[in-house]
Amino acid sequence: MSFEERNTWVFLVIAIVAYACYVTIVLVSAGGRALVEVDYGPVMLSTIGGAIVAGILGTIAISVIWPKGAGKSDQRDKEISRFGDHVGQAFVVIGGVVALLFAIVRVDYFWIANAVYLAFVLSALLGSIAKLVAYRRGFQPW
Amino acid sequence: MVKPTRVTNSIRSLRFAHGEMTQAALADRIGVTRQTVIAIEQGRYSPSLEMAFQIAHAFGVPLDDVFHYPEPH
Repeated sequence: MSFEERNTWVFLVIAIVAYACYVTIVLVSAGGRALVEVDYGPVMLSTIGGAIVAGILGTIAISVIWPKGAGKSDQRDKEISRFGDHVGQAFVVIGGVVALLFAIVRVDYFWIANAVYLAFVLSALLGSIAKLVAYRRGFQPW
Repeated sequence: MVKPTRVTNSIRSLRFAHGEMTQAALADRIGVTRQTVIAIEQGRYSPSLEMAFQIAHAFGVPLDDVFHYPEPH
C-alpha cells in the first residue's frame, strides 16, 4: 500500500470519527430540548479543528510506522487525488445550494451551518472512498 | 471509473528477461512508487505516454514491445 493510499484511509476514518463525535455531543447536549437551542458552534469548530490536527498527526504516524516511501507521491497518486477531489466536490456544491435555500426561507442558523458541515463531511467521505476504489480496483485516466 | 483497459503489457516477462529486475528496481528507474508499477503490470492503471516511453527505455526496447493494443477487426 502506497503512502498516499494509507493517508487516504487515515482521512476517511478521521472524517467519520470526527462527525460521529460532533453528532453525539450535540444530541447529548440537547437532552430532550430542540436541537436549535444547542450551542453547536464551539462543538463544530472543535471537531473540525480536531480532525485537522488528527489528520496531521495521522500523516506523521504513518510516516514513522512505514518510513519507506513516506511522503513519496507519483503521477498515479496525483491523478487519483484529483479524481477523488472531483467526486467530492459535487457535495460541496450541493451543501452550498442547500444552505442558500435554507437562508432564503429563513431556516434557523443551526440547520444552515449543519447542512454545510454535513456537505463537507460527505465530500470528504465520498472523495476518499472514490480514491480508495481507484487504488484497489484500478484507475484508467485516459 | 474502473472501465478495463484494452491495453495489455509484457512488463512482467520483460523484467524477468532483464535479469529478474524487481518491481522496486523498475519503479526507481522510472521515478514512481512500486505500487504504481504493480498497478501498470496488472492492467489496473494506464500510464501516461511519457511514463510508457520511460518503461520502454528502462528495458531498451521499442514501445510496441512493452504495450500492446488489439488490432481492429
